[in-house]
Amino acid sequence: MNIIEITDLHKVYDQEAVPVWAVNGITLSFEVGEFAAIVGPSGSGKTTLLNIIGGLDDPTKGNVVIDGVTINKLGGRQRTDFRMKNIGFVFQAYNLIPVFTARENVEFIMHLQGKNKNERDKRTKELLEAVGLADRIDSRPNKLSGGQQQRVAVARALASKPKFILADEPTANLDSKSTENLLDIMEKLNRNENITFIFSTHDQRVVNKARRVITIEDGAVVSDIRK
Amino acid sequence: MFEHISLAWRNIWRNKRRTLITTASIFFGVVLSAFMTSMQEGSYEQYIKTVVNFYSGYIQIHKAGYWDDKVINNTLVYTPEVERTIRQTSGVTMLTPRLENFALASSEEITKGVLVLGIDPQKEDSITRISKKIIYGNYLRPNDNGVVIGSGLAGFMKLNVGDTLVLIGQGFHGSSAAGKYPVRGIVKQPSPELDRTVVYMLVAQCQELFSASGRLTSVVIMVTDKDAVPPVFQSLKKSLGKDFEVMDWQEMNRILLKQIESDRAQGVITKGILYVIIGFGILGTIMMMVAERKKEMGVLVAIGMQKSKLASVLVFETIFIGMVGVIAGIVASIPVIWYFMFHPILMTGQAGEMMLEMGFDPYLSFSIMPSVFYNQALTVFIFTLIIGLYPVFIISRLKIIKALRN
Repeated sequence: MNIIEITDLHKVYDQEAVPVWAVNGITLSFEVGEFAAIVGPSGSGKTTLLNIIGGLDDPTKGNVVIDGVTINKLGGRQRTDFRMKNIGFVFQAYNLIPVFTARENVEFIMHLQGKNKNERDKRTKELLEAVGLADRIDSRPNKLSGGQQQRVAVARALASKPKFILADEPTANLDSKSTENLLDIMEKLNRNENITFIFSTHDQRVVNKARRVITIEDGAVVSDIRK
Repeated sequence: MFEHISLAWRNIWRNKRRTLITTASIFFGVVLSAFMTSMQEGSYEQYIKTVVNFYSGYIQIHKAGYWDDKVINNTLVYTPEVERTIRQTSGVTMLTPRLENFALASSEEITKGVLVLGIDPQKEDSITRISKKIIYGNYLRPNDNGVVIGSGLAGFMKLNVGDTLVLIGQGFHGSSAAGKYPVRGIVKQPSPELDRTVVYMLVAQCQELFSASGRLTSVVIMVTDKDAVPPVFQSLKKSLGKDFEVMDWQEMNRILLKQIESDRAQGVITKGILYVIIGFGILGTIMMMVAERKKEMGVLVAIGMQKSKLASVLVFETIFIGMVGVIAGIVASIPVIWYFMFHPILMTGQAGEMMLEMGFDPYLSFSIMPSVFYNQALTVFIFTLIIGLYPVFIISRLKIIKALRN
C-alpha cells in the first residue's frame, strides 16, 4: 500500500532570473514499511525533495499525496497540523530544544497533540528505551554526545506516531560508531514496528542498510533500486 | 499551555548574563520611577493636607456669591438652625466658624494692613492646630478679649506679648470699626505671607468689631477623609439651599490642583522617556533572542508547532523579562520608599525657603499608595506587550526552509 505518491514534481528557484531546477519532474511512490535512501551529489535536489514531501516547501508544479491528502494544497495551519500528526523529522544537526531534557524533548510534540500525562510518560519511556537512552532521560542535549542527541531526535520524531519519518542526512555529523548504532536502531524500528523511513544521505553506510536506493541527479531520478 | 510557559521561562535563562542586564535596566527604571512617583504623590498629598488642614478644610459654607466677592457685606447669618443642619449631616466630623476682614493695625509707631480672623479658639484649634504654633505667650481662651498675632507681624510692628494692638477698619454695611486689643500670644505660621499679616481674635469679638453680629464669612467643615467629601458635599448642598454657597476643597484650591495636574503630566513625560529607553533595551534583547533562535523556531514549526503557539512562547518570554525586572524593582523600592515616608527629606536652601513662602512645610514627603507600584507594573507590562509584537511579526513571516538553513 502506497503511503506517499509523488507526481511530476518540479521545483524551480529564481524563476525570473536564472531558473534553477532543484526538482525536475520526479514521480515516485513509497510503500508503508520502506527503508529508503535518496542519494545523489550535493545540489542534486535530495533535501528539496524531502522538504516538499514533508510539506516544508512548496513545489512549483506537481503534487505530493500522503495517505490520500495532497499536502502541498493544504494551508499553513492545516499543513502544520498535518505534519504534527503524520510526519516525523530527523535533522542533520539534531535540533533538539536545548533547555529541555531528553524526556521533555520527546514529550513536547505529544503536548502539542494534547495527549494526557500517562500516555506521554509511557510513550516517552518506551521510545527512549528503544533508542537506548533510558538512563539519560533527564539529561539536557548539552550533556549528550552527538549520537545520543540524534537518537533523542529519532525518539522525538516517533513520538507523535507518524506515518513515516523523513531524515535529512541524519548521520552527517556522527562518528562511525554512533552512525552504526543509530542505523541499527532505525532498522530495528523499521522491521519490528513497520515504520517507514526515508533518508537523504551521502553516507555509504546508510545506503548499505537501505532496502531501496533512489539516486537523484540534477533534480531527476536516475535510478531507483530495490534490494 | 503550562509547557509553553515553562519553555518561555527556561528560554529567557539561556543567556543568563543578557537577561540579567536587561532585567537590571528594568529594575533600576522601576526603582527610579517608583521613587519619583512616590515623591510626587507624597508632595501632592502633603500640599493638599496642608491646604485643607491649614486653611480651607474639606468643605466650606459661605453666603451665595461670597467666593467671587469676598467682602464683609457678603456674610452669612449663622443661626442655630444652620449649625444644626450642618452638624446633623452624616459624615461631618468637625466644623468651625470664621469671620474674616481686612483692617489697619497700629502699634506705638507703625501702621500696617492686616487680616483679622475671627475664630472659635477650640474648634479652630482642633482643625488647624494653631495652639501648637504659639511661640510666645498663650493661645486664645474662651471669652478672651485679646488677640494672637503672627510672628512676622509682631516683628514688623515691634509688638510683644502684653502690648496693645489698635485696629481700625470698615465693618458691615460701611460702619466704622475700631478697637484696641492686648496681644496674648505670638504664633509662627509656616506661610510667611500669613505670618506677616494675621491677627486672630474670638469670632464674637470680631463680629462686634465689624458690627456683624451673628454673621460669618465661612463655616469650615472637616470630614473623615477625602473620599467622604462628595456625599457630605451633596447632602449639604441639598439641605442648605440656594442662599448658601457650598464648596469642596477642590473647588476652593483650583490653582493648586491645576499645578498638581501639570506637575503630574511632567512626571508622566519624564517616566515615559525613561520607559521608552528601557523599552528599547528590552527590544534589543528580544531581537537578539529571536535572531539567534530562528533555526530552532523553524524546527518547532516543522515538527508541528503552530506559529501562533510559538509566538505565544515568545510573548511570554518578553513578559517574563519585563515582570522579573518589575517585581525585583518593586520589592527593592518598597522598603526605600517606606523609610522615606517616615523620614521625609528636609529641604534646605532656596527650595526650602520657597516652600515655606508658599505655606508648606519644607519637607519632601513620600507616598506608599498602591498605585505608585502597580502603575510601574502596568507600564512595563504594556511596554512588553508592545515589544512582544515584534516576535509575533517575525514568526508570522517565518519561512521554515529559510529558518532551517539559518
